[in-house]
Amino acid sequence: MTDLMTTMSLLLAATTIGAALMAIWGKRSLPIAILAAGLVSLLASVQFLLLAAPDVAMTEAAIGSGLTTFLFFFVLGRVRGGSND
Amino acid sequence: MIKRLVVLLLLAGIGAIFMSLLLGYTPDNELNLTARYYAEHTAQDIGAANIVTAIIVTYRGLDTLGEVTVLFLTAAIVGLVLAQGRQQNSQRSQRKLPESGELLQTGSLLLTPLILLLGVYVFVNGHLTPGGGFQGGAILASAILLMLLTDPMRHFSHRLISVLESISGLIFITIGVLGIIYAGGFLDNRILPTGSLGQLFSAGVIPIIYSFIGLKVGAEFSSMLVNLSETEGS
Amino acid sequence: MSYIAMTTGFILILIGFYGALTNRNILRMIIAFTVANTGVNLVLVAVGYMRGRTAPILDAAVPVTEAAARIIDPIPQALVLTAIVIGVGVTALMLAFVYKLYATRGSLDISNYTELKW
Repeated sequence: MTDLMTTMSLLLAATTIGAALMAIWGKRSLPIAILAAGLVSLLASVQFLLLAAPDVAMTEAAIGSGLTTFLFFFVLGRVRGGSND
Repeated sequence: MIKRLVVLLLLAGIGAIFMSLLLGYTPDNELNLTARYYAEHTAQDIGAANIVTAIIVTYRGLDTLGEVTVLFLTAAIVGLVLAQGRQQNSQRSQRKLPESGELLQTGSLLLTPLILLLGVYVFVNGHLTPGGGFQGGAILASAILLMLLTDPMRHFSHRLISVLESISGLIFITIGVLGIIYAGGFLDNRILPTGSLGQLFSAGVIPIIYSFIGLKVGAEFSSMLVNLSETEGS
Repeated sequence: MSYIAMTTGFILILIGFYGALTNRNILRMIIAFTVANTGVNLVLVAVGYMRGRTAPILDAAVPVTEAAARIIDPIPQALVLTAIVIGVGVTALMLAFVYKLYATRGSLDISNYTELKW
């Protein structure tokens, strides 16, 4: 049981860091970077659940990965063209 | 190139600090004093099953008041910053957008009431289950978001949103002040009887306060989304 | 397990700082800040975790009398809940300013904004 949890946690951590690197790396297009940042939030909310913090997990899933991503996309839609510098 | 080197050096320094923090960290085996107090006294003092909710709404209710105020300020500034652009291109935004698909329209008609209901469920049960005003408010705002995605030109009444927001905030403060008069202090929840642990009508005024926080947070997030979406067409 | 989460959080903070300091596009800098924000939250929650204990919610599985011995520290969770909500407020504010900057200048490159540079 604990072995399974540790393995899962390690896998989750590796995926989170991979998604974070994807969000940061400047050569990816902006929509992919925004989606990767949303993925970091979503994976972090799973991590919160494993850390026995269901309240924080719900907040992160609803606010951090849901609303923030859409705020980014709203703004991205308005600043299209000339943003590739 | 020299700039990147400086950045890497800075990050190495911060990383070394983090490393020493990580190596010096030993997990506690027991709760510290404050946490022990909350764990032992929440049940009879507050009557809320969810200790995190008890801390947020009652023990540290003043923090939450500040937090809601910061959120209100943010929504107000977003509205202020984006307001000027909206006046000029109100005519231009009349341009015809392609209709959204049948699937999205029918789906949003079906899903919006359900999402609103889930949001209300989450903040009404905030003292019993994980969740509460902030999560429920975000879920309410996501229902607004779905409506905006279906019809980007839909007009939401700013007046309705701001009235809802102000009234919720006012009731929050009023309940807090009533706590000074009828109970132990500002935001004390024992105006109403605390009831039995685990019932919906328990924990004094916590469900009421958290419901209004939920409405307020939902209105604030919605106003941010609506303001950002109304910049369409510039 | 708290060590894994804490290490992840610290690495996320470092990645976020690196992205915010090296990218020139303002939108990418804000994305990097949200990543660092998530990292800070992860570290804070990991500090409150205790091995073999459960979430701070009292019910049939966690009776009131045993609560102090069965639940994890609820205070970091309450703090992080606040931090997440404030974080999205700050992000929305930054995004509104980005939109305004773009509307007046037509550029998202940070090196085009030199008025406050000295």
